Amino acid sequence: MAKVLLLQGNQACAEGAIAAGVTFFAGYPITPSTEIAEIMAKRLPEVGGKFIQMEDEIAGIGAIVGASLTGKKVLTATSGPGFSLKQEFIGYATIAEVPIVIANVQRVGPSTGQPTAPAQGDMMQARWGTHGDHPVIALTPASVPECFTLTIKAYELSEKYRMPVLLMLDEIIGHMREKIEIPEYDTIEKPVRKGPRVGPSEFKAYEPDSDGVPPMADFGTGYRYHVTGLVHDETGFPNGSPAATEKLLKRLHEKVERDIDNITMYEEYKLDDAEIAIVTYGGTARSAYAAIDMAREEGIKVGMFRLISVWPFPEKEIAQLAQKVKVIVVPELNYGQMVGEVKKAAEGKVPVKPMSKYDSEPISPKELLAFVKNL
Amino acid sequence: MEKLIEKYYRPRLPHIWCPGCGNGIVTSSIIKAIDKLGLDQDKTVIVSGIGCSSRASGYLNFDTVHSLHGRALPVATGIKLADPELNVIVITGDGDGTAIGGNHFIHTARRNINLTVILFNNNIYGMTGGQYSPLTPTDSKATTAPYGTLERAFDIAELAKAAGATYVARGTAFHANMLVDVIAKGISHDGFSLIEAVTQCPIYFGRQNKKGDASAMLKTQRDNAVTVEAAKKLSPEQLEGKFKIGVLHQSEAPEYTKQYQGIIDRAQKGAK
Repeated sequence: MAKVLLLQGNQACAEGAIAAGVTFFAGYPITPSTEIAEIMAKRLPEVGGKFIQMEDEIAGIGAIVGASLTGKKVLTATSGPGFSLKQEFIGYATIAEVPIVIANVQRVGPSTGQPTAPAQGDMMQARWGTHGDHPVIALTPASVPECFTLTIKAYELSEKYRMPVLLMLDEIIGHMREKIEIPEYDTIEKPVRKGPRVGPSEFKAYEPDSDGVPPMADFGTGYRYHVTGLVHDETGFPNGSPAATEKLLKRLHEKVERDIDNITMYEEYKLDDAEIAIVTYGGTARSAYAAIDMAREEGIKVGMFRLISVWPFPEKEIAQLAQKVKVIVVPELNYGQMVGEVKKAAEGKVPVKPMSKYDSEPISPKELLAFVKNL
Repeated sequence: MEKLIEKYYRPRLPHIWCPGCGNGIVTSSIIKAIDKLGLDQDKTVIVSGIGCSSRASGYLNFDTVHSLHGRALPVATGIKLADPELNVIVITGDGDGTAIGGNHFIHTARRNINLTVILFNNNIYGMTGGQYSPLTPTDSKATTAPYGTLERAFDIAELAKAAGATYVARGTAFHANMLVDVIAKGISHDGFSLIEAVTQCPIYFGRQNKKGDASAMLKTQRDNAVTVEAAKKLSPEQLEGKFKIGVLHQSEAPEYTKQYQGIIDRAQKGAK
């Protein structure tokens, strides 16, 4: 039977992970994500899973990479400074194609910044934080129920494309309490990893199917393959030739790009007749709903395009939006990050106005309403 | 040996190591230890970091991970805890394991998780061309210490013991048979095992420090190594400039993954 609970976003994320079949968590305490680790420490042994608190943030993500190679679904959780430290293994999991999920509950930065205050300042780090060219998938929940459902979704995507998926919460969403209806976990479909269809003698560890994704064998099942962060060919062994390098990087990007319509998630709120579009995400979207309702009462035609998947960026949808409305407003809790992507996609067809706030306070509905009225 | 090569090495030779490098001897010692113990090849995982020695994982016919610089131990910890049935062997070097990976090293030892770490100690960063590591002896030359190193070297065996490792041994490329033996004992030990394998780097350490060629460096290993048994009969003066080989420390302590099963049992009783 479904349960109705009052949960924090961080709790819903942890429960979503359990519901998705996660059996391994490794991490390091950091505000404002610590509750996720605390809950996993209690919940995982109850379901036969394992939790380990590692010596640092790097070890946390390193251990989940190892556990994933044995076929487990895995999670780590962090915030700003820890997210910086996790970048090298995000790159490793990308090139070695190891499915992992990282929850980053954003706080004010740079550096130690303001540990208990909300921000959305890691959006570009999510995109480009690890070095080199790479694809990325990042999701931004805007409610406690969505923390639950998007965490499950993160595993679906991570397993399907064999890559890291970033759950970009912010402190507002992570620490907000809301009503959530949670179904029985055995009614939830568990994302499945695509395994080898041939025996060990024919298996090439990094030979992709037509979807660009190679089937993945669990360690300990006789396939005896090699996993490396070096550029490699279909065999999985290092091959630094220009042809192998280009082929691998192209495939890593294309397995995501070709399926972007299946990855892209967004919500349209009162956008049908809107002349003003608010494009936002995460905790800031909560103020946008209220601001839009207030503006509508005053006869202002405003609506919202809420990004649910932020990376890969839904360029096509934003380009279409730019054809429909007279102005786009991008409120976010940073000095201006996703607004640049919106501008790029809008290609000058419509003015794109940033509404940046970086004083450690959320954007209030009234502030946003005033901004819209002053356009 | 030919049969061992066929069974345990991938058909990827020749390797990348320089002529005279001791890494091949240490790697073959690991293989001989695995063979001696009859480990299930499908249930044995080799994890390495980055550096000359860490390239060994790619040559060996198991599930293998060539991870990140210094990070072999966290990856190995994840594998072992997620699937305790797997034998997990870690290959690392002096720079990889004790500099960038130093924090992981002491904490993995402290947990007493059943991993066997073979640390190839060639006293230098070879892959990047001869910079000093935490195991480079004081007053040595390195490309980043053209006037000699100021820093004191770790005694990695003592460090491992102090951090909580329950099996610590040292061998050398010269004493290859003994190396096989101490590695095999480490693999059989139920807990965190460290085997320091002293190996020669004639190109990047030897050349800068006038240590002679590979055979001269192997002879130095022979002349300076004293077995644990022999050392007991020698005075501190007689041991000056020597290093001990053999099993240096062994103790019993609860193993982490077995203890974790106890946590699961407790949590599941509580949940019911």
